[in-house]
Amino acid sequence: MSSDAISARGDLRLTRITKSYGDFKAVDDLTLTIPKGSFFALLGPSGCGKTTTLRMVAGLEEPTVGSIHLGDTDITTTRPYQRPINTVFQNYALFPHLTIFENIAFGLRRRGIKDVKEQVDKVLNLVELPHLAERKPTQLSGGQQQRIALARAIVNRPALLLLDEPLGALDLKLRRQMQIELKWIQREVGLTFVHVTHDQEEAMTMADTIAVMNEGKIEQMGSPADLYDNPETAFVANFLGQSNLIKGKIDGNDGDNLVVDLYGQKVSMPKKRSHAVDTSLYAGIRPEKFRISRLGTPVRGNTLTGGHIEDVSYIGVSTQYVVAMPWGQEVMVFEQNDDGVAPFDKGDEVNISWEPTFTFGLRGDEDIEAGTEVNPEELEEQ
Amino acid sequence: MSFPKVRVPYLLLLPGFAFLFTFFILPIINLAQTSTQTPIAGGDTGQYEQTLAFGNYIQAFVDNKEQFARSFVYATLATIFALVIAYPLAYAIAFKSGKFKNILLVLVVAPFFTSFLLRTIAWKQILGEEGFVVPGLRSLHIISQQTTLTSTSVAVVAGMTYNFLPFMTLPLYASLERIDPRTIEAAGDLYANGITAFRMVTVPLSLPGVVAGTLLTFIPAAGDYVNAAILGSPNTKMIGNVIESRYFKIVDYPTAAALSFTLMAAILILVTLYIRKAGTEELV
Repeated sequence: MSSDAISARGDLRLTRITKSYGDFKAVDDLTLTIPKGSFFALLGPSGCGKTTTLRMVAGLEEPTVGSIHLGDTDITTTRPYQRPINTVFQNYALFPHLTIFENIAFGLRRRGIKDVKEQVDKVLNLVELPHLAERKPTQLSGGQQQRIALARAIVNRPALLLLDEPLGALDLKLRRQMQIELKWIQREVGLTFVHVTHDQEEAMTMADTIAVMNEGKIEQMGSPADLYDNPETAFVANFLGQSNLIKGKIDGNDGDNLVVDLYGQKVSMPKKRSHAVDTSLYAGIRPEKFRISRLGTPVRGNTLTGGHIEDVSYIGVSTQYVVAMPWGQEVMVFEQNDDGVAPFDKGDEVNISWEPTFTFGLRGDEDIEAGTEVNPEELEEQ
Repeated sequence: MSFPKVRVPYLLLLPGFAFLFTFFILPIINLAQTSTQTPIAGGDTGQYEQTLAFGNYIQAFVDNKEQFARSFVYATLATIFALVIAYPLAYAIAFKSGKFKNILLVLVVAPFFTSFLLRTIAWKQILGEEGFVVPGLRSLHIISQQTTLTSTSVAVVAGMTYNFLPFMTLPLYASLERIDPRTIEAAGDLYANGITAFRMVTVPLSLPGVVAGTLLTFIPAAGDYVNAAILGSPNTKMIGNVIESRYFKIVDYPTAAALSFTLMAAILILVTLYIRKAGTEELV
């Protein structure tokens, strides 16, 4: 079985995978298909099981229960070196005693490939570092090491390339640049990339499909736009960007829309964007979807009245307002500084409004704080 | 009191330098002088006058080349055996010991809590007729009924291997422990099976520890005389034993000094060649 695994190709399928350490389930009954050729991100806070999932795909851990298939080949227990899968490790794990050339050639040589020189040169050109071939890894900058780690993996043209927090050690500017480059390289080489990260921006920039993980399970999977525009759980709503979640009650139907009562004020939202299971729900609106208007100004769409400006932060492209609503909740509003409207001041009485189609509905029994806590790993980076 | 800043480092060096000067450099000069002395005509045993008798060196070497050769052969063997025993031990402590890591490290160092001499004498018991090793090997027909182990080169090399084992284990452990386990995982990820990953990644990355451990074993082993004196016989004399007897028994100071210098020079040359060959400068 294992000798065939090396030539396996196709979609990666994880079927009912559980990984337990004693009583703790790092990954809990996970089922997932990653289509061939896609750029797929596993996104979640530290400890959500994303790295464990990646290590099981790489063969560095074995699932307690469940199976992993690549195409039609079962690779659940295949040794790492017999899988057509390569990894870009966190902190790169380059071989410090070998030159850059030999680092990249490592996988080719192990498999007895003939034209090592040609292939290494080609991939060094792809990552635009051909002049570093004879250096040692410690002589390279973090960004260069990152590219070499990528080159060392893709030179093998694996069925699957795993990236474990690949940009975590880079500074913000370099990270942005590498995000674009990685995406470009993925298109160029046409391999399946599986990317593990806790950085939602990184996942959204690069991936075609994102699976948001929390406590060993997948919360929601979809394109970056789907996840952002129509999150199904409070965790996703909060982990990907910011959300205002306002408690309400479904108060009837209006064609394809639901009428929702938010603290006595009626608003509407599309039925298909509601994930509520009974009449209680949270109406979710992203901060940039809100518009602020002075009392008496005519507005379109849903309106909530009785707010006043609690705080104003001017951050260049936009202004961020905190608006205190009559029921005691504070909501975030991001306004683009592009409409020439005089900015609002602290204490101004205002209404907030939005297009009904931007609303998403969450179950009324959700923990609306889920996914908001900043994890220590992220704090460290800032 | 105020010193210009630049002088402070030199002042800090002073105690160390004074110590080395008094207890290393002066004795070495003294030893160098002694090595070219000749007996005073008509004087008593042990009375020498300062001359420039460099012939002492040639004479000392020619008379003792067998012991010189034996010293280096024994030291080399002890170093190789210590490496073979210590590498798996250090590897297991570094990678596989989990929560027992500290206990195992203490156990490696534990023999130092008893005297070197005492432990070597204990080996005489272990390898003697009453010990369990000889009867055990005899009953397994690995050695004949007449063969004994004490007073043999086997006993001397075994004693040296044992005594210098911690000096091999600790540097090996230190360099193995420093290896990022992800580089070994990366080798597996890049199609290297366990043995290849060990050969291509673990071994090269532990090379600084191998060099340090072999030096820390070989250098004292080459000059050792305790093991040969306690576990050996006149046929297993090493150069250390010759120097010891020349100095304390025959009171032939010039020869003892000349032998000491020759040993020092020989070790220095061998070590330099070895480090050159191992080429670990850029690794450490």
